[in-house]
Amino acid sequence: MSTAVSPARIAMSRASLETRSYFRERDSVIFSFLFPVIMLGIFAVVFGGEDVGPSSGAPVDFAQYFLPGMVASGIMLVSFQTLAISLAIEREDGTLKRLRGTPMPPVSYFLGKVGMILVVGLSQIALLLAVAAVAFGVELPTEPSKWLTFAWCYVLGTAGGAVLGIAYSSVPRSAKSASAVVVGPLLVLQFISGVFFVFNDLPSWLQNVASVFPLKWLAQGMRSVFLPDRLETLEVSASWQHGPTALILSLWLIAGLVICVRTFRWQRRDDG
Amino acid sequence: MTTSAIRVRGLRKAYAGVTAVSGLDLDVAHGEVFALLGPNGAGKTTTVEILEGYRRRDAGEVSVLGADPARPDAGWRARIGIVLQSSGGHDELTVQELVHHFAGYYPGARDPDDVIAAVGLDEKRATRARHLSGGQRRRLDVALGILGNPELLFLDEPTTGFDPEARREFWALITSLADGGTTIVLTTHYLDEAEQLAGRVGVIAGGRIVALDTPDRLGGRDHDLAVVRWSEDGRQRTERTAEPTALVAQLAGRLGGEVPGLIVSRATLEDVYLRLIGQPEQTLEVVS
Repeated sequence: MSTAVSPARIAMSRASLETRSYFRERDSVIFSFLFPVIMLGIFAVVFGGEDVGPSSGAPVDFAQYFLPGMVASGIMLVSFQTLAISLAIEREDGTLKRLRGTPMPPVSYFLGKVGMILVVGLSQIALLLAVAAVAFGVELPTEPSKWLTFAWCYVLGTAGGAVLGIAYSSVPRSAKSASAVVVGPLLVLQFISGVFFVFNDLPSWLQNVASVFPLKWLAQGMRSVFLPDRLETLEVSASWQHGPTALILSLWLIAGLVICVRTFRWQRRDDG
Repeated sequence: MTTSAIRVRGLRKAYAGVTAVSGLDLDVAHGEVFALLGPNGAGKTTTVEILEGYRRRDAGEVSVLGADPARPDAGWRARIGIVLQSSGGHDELTVQELVHHFAGYYPGARDPDDVIAAVGLDEKRATRARHLSGGQRRRLDVALGILGNPELLFLDEPTTGFDPEARREFWALITSLADGGTTIVLTTHYLDEAEQLAGRVGVIAGGRIVALDTPDRLGGRDHDLAVVRWSEDGRQRTERTAEPTALVAQLAGRLGGEVPGLIVSRATLEDVYLRLIGQPEQTLEVVS
């Protein structure tokens, strides 16, 4: 039995394997896949009926205001959190070392992860939007320009989250500590990035801190997609700031790539 | 094509100034089953992982299947099978899924179903790796190691944690691979395993090979003095001798026929091994 080995075919095969593994792991399904949906449900039920809006013009329901934050949060959970934790574990338990000992092309491994994130991430967003629309009556945008904005925000956010997750996977000292070391900081970031609260309500120094990190920009980009344009005045700068958003997300993506290339290891620090 | 599957000259490796391997030489011929023995920290795993392409050496020449493992490429990796010391990972995938998936990495892969059967996991093909027993998991490791039909197979302590029956079955599997012409490099803590499987044994201590021979000749075992034990005057007596028959005849004469508690033995591979790595063998009260 002799067949040609193509990196693309192996990448497809790995993506399918990774996706199956992801959905079989109950923790990952609950804490990264369903988490934004659950949070949306809780917030919509608790704050349902409360409105968020500018001083002039019709306000929107809190469920609608909350949706873009959950979309942004979900993107970071699926890309950054999933990869940072799973790679820390795979490095610790020898999965990566074993793979390195086979002729599997490294690019196929990373493409497999990307494929998994795309499948998981897009299905998560589809589920979020469906729940928001059906259960909470959120109106979804229909203009193509909004969906174009969604597309580039999603791609930059996911790609950046993925490379930063791979880079960050070297930080936890062991697989046991990985969840805590990854989830903790990301949770703090979610609180200060305008995911759970109206960003404008945060003290300005906290807004400045959050502005360094990509989640704030991703959430802002998603607000420009899922909120009516009359809410643009609620932003700190009274603008959706698409230019700075694209720039800062791209800078994080490039920084993440450079760190990955320089620091990625197939083995534990104490092993080789 | 070199004559040796593995050729090592003057291999050196240190970690943060601590020497792990200091001037190691080694040749393993094609088709040979070679066992590397040594205590923990002797440089065994460092040596093997340099050969596997996992670690960089500080100095020395190394050739594995005609290539330098410090610059591994996919073609070279496809000719090598590796069973690492630790098994783990891919917990949520079944035996069937994993073996079929890994087969896709190799241009000349064996039939995945044949391999599953060969390692005795037929009944477990739908079981996730997480739910396999230690021995079954190890057999899965071996399945993944031999899938690519490797010319050279590395086995790092493959049977640690096996029960005796599983170990026998595993030995049969390795023997059948060796009969098929696969070159095998094995590290183990079990002397009986080395004796059973290996054509030659190398003992590594302090970062170099201190003895290298067939299991029955290792460390001059075939020329070793015999050990004769018997009871006399209510005491256990022991004597090492090159002429055990003469000694026994002499004892029989002195003690008038049957010698009480008589045992004549030669050093086991374990005795020789312990002597080679500088550990005292079982305490003997040596007379004469």
